[in-house]
Amino acid sequence: MTARERVAGTVANYVDERTGAAAWMKKNLQKVFPDHWSFMLGEIALYSFVILLLSGTFLTFWFDPSMRHVVYEGSYQPLKDVEMSAAYASALHISFDVRGGLLMRQIHHWAALIFMAAIVVHLLRVFFTGAFRKPREFNWILGIALLTLGIVEGFLGYSLPDDLLSGTGVRIAHAIIQSIPVVGTYLSFFAFGGAFPGEIFIPRIYIVHVLLLPGIFLALITVHLMLVWYQKHTQYPGPGRTEKNVVGYPLMPVYMAKAGGFFFIVFGVTAFLGAVASINPIWLYGPYTPGQISAGSQPDWYMGWLDGLVRMAPPIETYIFGYTISWNILIPGLIVPGIIFTGMALYPFIESWLSGDKREHHLLDRPRNVPNRTALGVMSLTFMVIAMINGGNDIIATHFDLSINQIMWFSRIGIIVLPPLAFVITKRICLSLQRADRELVLHGKETGRLVMLPHGEFIEVHEELSAEKKFTLTQHEQPKAIALVKEDAGGVLNPKGIRARLQARFSAANAENIAKPTATEVKELEGGHH
Amino acid sequence: MSKELEPLADPGLPEHVHRKADIDPIAAKRAERQVAVLFALSGAGTLLFIYSFFFIKDDVFIFLPIMGNTNAHQLGIGMGMALSLLFIGFGAVHWAKTLMPDQEVIAYRHELKSAPEDRSEFIKTAKEGAEQAGLGRRPLIKRSLAAAVGLAGLPAVILLRDLGPLPGNSLNETNWKTGTKLVTDPGDRPIKASDLEVGGVAQVMPALLAGQKRTLEDIAKDAVLLIRLRPSEFQLDAERLSWTHEGIIAFSKICSHMGCAVALYEQTTKHLLCPCHQSTFDVTRAAKVIFGPSARPLPQLAITVDADGYLIAKQPFTEAVGPSFWERKS
Repeated sequence: MTARERVAGTVANYVDERTGAAAWMKKNLQKVFPDHWSFMLGEIALYSFVILLLSGTFLTFWFDPSMRHVVYEGSYQPLKDVEMSAAYASALHISFDVRGGLLMRQIHHWAALIFMAAIVVHLLRVFFTGAFRKPREFNWILGIALLTLGIVEGFLGYSLPDDLLSGTGVRIAHAIIQSIPVVGTYLSFFAFGGAFPGEIFIPRIYIVHVLLLPGIFLALITVHLMLVWYQKHTQYPGPGRTEKNVVGYPLMPVYMAKAGGFFFIVFGVTAFLGAVASINPIWLYGPYTPGQISAGSQPDWYMGWLDGLVRMAPPIETYIFGYTISWNILIPGLIVPGIIFTGMALYPFIESWLSGDKREHHLLDRPRNVPNRTALGVMSLTFMVIAMINGGNDIIATHFDLSINQIMWFSRIGIIVLPPLAFVITKRICLSLQRADRELVLHGKETGRLVMLPHGEFIEVHEELSAEKKFTLTQHEQPKAIALVKEDAGGVLNPKGIRARLQARFSAANAENIAKPTATEVKELEGGHH
Repeated sequence: MSKELEPLADPGLPEHVHRKADIDPIAAKRAERQVAVLFALSGAGTLLFIYSFFFIKDDVFIFLPIMGNTNAHQLGIGMGMALSLLFIGFGAVHWAKTLMPDQEVIAYRHELKSAPEDRSEFIKTAKEGAEQAGLGRRPLIKRSLAAAVGLAGLPAVILLRDLGPLPGNSLNETNWKTGTKLVTDPGDRPIKASDLEVGGVAQVMPALLAGQKRTLEDIAKDAVLLIRLRPSEFQLDAERLSWTHEGIIAFSKICSHMGCAVALYEQTTKHLLCPCHQSTFDVTRAAKVIFGPSARPLPQLAITVDADGYLIAKQPFTEAVGPSFWERKS
């Protein structure tokens, strides 16, 4: 035994005698994780969160979350002697008079954008591969909660510097709160400590941004990861992979090195962006005042869809019994987002209810093999993308020399017409891909080699797929339609009524697949492929 | 299962293919050196950071292709930090990929749900506990406890009462009173009709009383835009026309949609455009909404001149300015 082993042994013994950690560690260091690039998306979100905590803590050492009026005396000449809030002045101080301050501000902002992007792409991966199915519904809901909080946290964060751009964003948030029927005016007065903008909003959102929400994030992320750990990771289908096993690499040492290394890569890329790509140059905007605005005001990207919906809303208000209901704000600002996020959170339950599938699923779906879900996802994405395009309609108009009115009308009509169209097209593409898979399994890959037969006919040589590949392309289940039982033999009506009808329709739609090749079909063609 | 639907058999995990470094000690040694070089590059990044932090002044600019003039201090510490982090990552991943075992292993899943005996025992324990507490037998305790806990939540809500004052009538009021002088913003100078040319625009505020200071809350309600047209260009009813003065018309600058500053004036079309959500208002028709999400015209301020020829407000705004709210009278 070397000296080093003796020391390590002594320390391990000391800890284990007091915690009994060895048994738990032994098991978990051997924990197996399947390997796939798409499983790194959630990791990026996690690492960005850590980067946000680190860079954010640095910023708090100088940031003064106060709306008290000060006269700027720092080293940025164009704003010298300008009256502004202490929050804005300290954000300028961080940018110009703290070494590394600007770098950390830019890292913090880039990390926030990457955090949100990673969450969204991770969510799409989980959705399109069906990873949210039993037993992972809770984790899906936690994910939706994290996404929602992330949007709020990001908005509060870029509101803190109190520059002209962020103040305009706060103004819009204020208008949304104020538009809530019955209580909106009161809520806005409570939130802002009186009339807009007041002098207390920044300190309030500061504590929410740096303490309350990060605390909630930490708790939710912990549970999110513990569930992944406990339920074991899903895996893509393939030879040797079943619903009962996990095929991959052990945590120690492969994943420690890979995941640990990946953290540094994410941090490094964020630092690189912070070094070379300017983001949110607040000194160009000037301090906030409600009487001014900069043209081309844009929120951060994850708020763009919301702003786009607000921009395209029809100009409707109702006046009833002396009260005003602003549908032009309520519908795009609260009702539609409410429906979208509630629908997302409930989706696993809706799908399981409609399909009647209550089994556990640990093997992921290939999106083409679940055409309806894939089409629904693309449909929702289309909706969001159009909303987001409209959120940048002024920028698009000036950059591409288009009329803003035309873009707005395109969005207004497109957001209703294009999503259903996207559904139909996606479903057709999924079925075509299924057909292509079937062709591949039965007739092999096209090789591009043409051969002339003795009687003059030309054929292309097809290369048979490996057994592994054939299995991967055919291992999935193809659901059968549930027959609708209106009444039993004795003439008694089906007590499930509407549910039975819905299930029957849904399962009929889901059963619409290209029949996958069976073992018999493959055998029949074996040897004689052409 | 019928024979027609028999799926293809699972061929099992493919055979493991060894990497070069697994079988060739020279390749393994090379991989080891590569990892060490990557870690060393990270160290170089850290040095770059330290050097840039202490020794490059923050007013030194260098020219780089694509990026143009770049602050050398910022670039140095940023790139130093990025490289020091990236190369640790690259090194670790390269190490894992070339030298650590790459043979996939199989672990087995266990059913998540508890064993039947655990479940029944849990139910028994929970039932016994509830039984012992007497929750079922003593409804009086149950109900009074629920009521007490519910009531105890009230202070938490009531405590928040002083977050802000009640709105009262404040949303309907501005600092524009009958006879309030229009003053330039910035500058606070009273303004005459002749100061504004036809086609011109000016932002004005209500004149401050002696000792009064203009707050952001004031600006958020009081900001007004003056626009001067030829009187013949107006398409207004008699009342609204009487609110203008020699072709000068005054509107609240705070958007009737969500309160942004309606700052873009298109002189040729005489349209006011809000840059936030593109609500477009026609100045000649009392700021009627001609495009975008706003449902109401911008409130018009009636103006006239005082004895010295300075522009003044004829009367306060006749409606609330800014975005809509529940209690707003249409």
